[in-house]
Amino acid sequence: MMETVDDVRVALAAHQYLADEGLATAVFLALRLKRPLLLEGEAGVGKTEIAKVLARWTGGELVRLQCYEGIDAGQAVYEWDYSRQLLHLRAVEAAGATVVEDELYSERFLVRRPLLRAIGYEADALGSVAPPVLLVDEVDRADDEFEAFLLEILSDYSITVPELGTFHASEPPIVVVTSNRTRDVHDALKRRCLYHWIAHPDFERELAILRLRAPDVPEVLARQVAAAVEALRDLELYKPPGVAETIDWVNALAALGSTELDERAVEVTLGTILKYREDQERTRAHGVRELVAAATAPR
Amino acid sequence: MTSVADLPGAGLRGDRAVVGFARVLRGAGLDVATGATVTFAEALAALGVDRRAHVYWAGRTTLVQRPEDVPIYDRAFRAWWERTTPVDVDVITREVTIALDTSDDDRTDASGADGDQRDGDTIVVRASRTEVLRDRNFAAYSSADFDEARRLMGDLRLAGAMRASRRVRPSRRRRGRPDLRRTTRRSLRAGGEQLDQAFLEPMRRPRRLVLLCDVSGSMEPYARALVRFLHAAVVGRGRVEAFAMGTRLTRITRELSSRDPDAALAAAARRVVDWSGGTRLGEGLRTFNDQWGVRGMARGAVVVILSDGWDRGEPEVLAEQMARLHRVAYRVVWVNPLKASPDFAPLARGMAAALPFIDEFVEGHSLDSLEHLADVCAR
Repeated sequence: MMETVDDVRVALAAHQYLADEGLATAVFLALRLKRPLLLEGEAGVGKTEIAKVLARWTGGELVRLQCYEGIDAGQAVYEWDYSRQLLHLRAVEAAGATVVEDELYSERFLVRRPLLRAIGYEADALGSVAPPVLLVDEVDRADDEFEAFLLEILSDYSITVPELGTFHASEPPIVVVTSNRTRDVHDALKRRCLYHWIAHPDFERELAILRLRAPDVPEVLARQVAAAVEALRDLELYKPPGVAETIDWVNALAALGSTELDERAVEVTLGTILKYREDQERTRAHGVRELVAAATAPR
Repeated sequence: MTSVADLPGAGLRGDRAVVGFARVLRGAGLDVATGATVTFAEALAALGVDRRAHVYWAGRTTLVQRPEDVPIYDRAFRAWWERTTPVDVDVITREVTIALDTSDDDRTDASGADGDQRDGDTIVVRASRTEVLRDRNFAAYSSADFDEARRLMGDLRLAGAMRASRRVRPSRRRRGRPDLRRTTRRSLRAGGEQLDQAFLEPMRRPRRLVLLCDVSGSMEPYARALVRFLHAAVVGRGRVEAFAMGTRLTRITRELSSRDPDAALAAAARRVVDWSGGTRLGEGLRTFNDQWGVRGMARGAVVVILSDGWDRGEPEVLAEQMARLHRVAYRVVWVNPLKASPDFAPLARGMAAALPFIDEFVEGHSLDSLEHLADVCAR
């Protein structure tokens, strides 16, 4: 399926993701060495997107585990469906039979949460099901105890349910872990993973992304927007716009009928690209006219 | 296209080049585990070494774990694989030892040639003895005082205020969320009859505590005690983050997490390069907000700033950044060691600019006041 880094880049591009050499190499290595891939980077640079694209490419199911403070095994791995068990007890009793405990702890009453879904997936009769893509999103939001637990699962790709037995992935899932760096991810987890920091794309790449993700937008506009965003990122804003915001912005401008960037259009759509009042003020202080002039100047 | 086979660093045989590179990185201050070196070798095997970019990215994905380390990696990469720059690893690893002069011989001039001595790699920081006998002020501590204080600080327990967690625990009360799991278990005991219902209640967790300590020249008399205080806080419990703020912001949580106070303080001193320099509080806070705080570290957290408020930057910058911090933090506590002085008025420009955004303004000049601070944080 893929032999070189370029194969990965081409395949990702075919699924609408333009990766630079570093990211393509990281993905290639993650697939080849079967290691989890830890991605960090500014919000909106496409960390989560890469997992979705990988799922589309490999045909594996996308299993997403969104982390948050206080997440525990019941929400991440599995849980017993207690209300159904209770109902079952009642039903059996009403029929005048007695309940065997084993019966209550069977697959029927097992609620599979993301980690178990990613590891205990069933190969079909031909054994040809692609392994799922497990996206562990924003792992820095979870507690460190949970991280240790995750590490254990990512080390041997097996999960034991005491009442049922051990689930083991014949082919380990593709694992993408993302973090926003609100705290350091534990070293042990980092050691387990390959690491890549996704930076904001440069002008050419951003333009290419716009052309790909917003194909109906006139090229002139896309070019000017990419240039304007590049200039905005140099303004020391609280939240420099990410790629997602650039795409939103170009779509908003196109929806308003703009074919070129002008001062008025920027003024009315500033809210789609800058989400802090202070950032908007800083941009206005810097001068929307200058921004437009710089963006529309021939490069 | 340069083939790495042509590069001088690759003159060595493959695995030796890999191990050598790892050693250079370690020398440059990167934390490279042995396992990572093995993964790097595997990655090279998978990618081939015929392109510079392959070698570069194989190393970056396997050996680097933090974006701050990328410049170091780049330097080391050039040095080892290309030899285009001299291996200036020495410059990077030169350890700056902050020796805290505890000798009792009193010199009146604390900041003069003797007090702030840059002798090779050792910076001697001397607690000023000129401010002797103003309360039981840290600045007036003798080394014997300090040894005692150090021991006492080990007993300080600092915890953020509590908040309800999403997690639940079994409750003894008979109200709240039903605990179906325990109820089911109990009903099995009664042959399927639901006699005894069980309930859950939310657990309580401490909020994250973020400590930002000013280590500029004007704070020098307190820096020693306060950094020790930071250490006690960091090792005391899990959810504490510590930063040193001078002309730049340095995260020292990892350095301070060693249990041994001497080792921890030495590690922190090595990390902080702008010890006893100037202060740009506004800029420091801005970096904190941009890189850590507003992203999540300060959200819902108790943020403690330990500083005298002397700021060489623009007060507007500080006010703006304090406002940002205040909007995301649960509480902002400012600890000013000078506040204890009877004729103190928050006249330092930075202090005045920051005051409107502070929830609690406390002293921090003595052990008592630090104990009080611990109470304030837990509120």
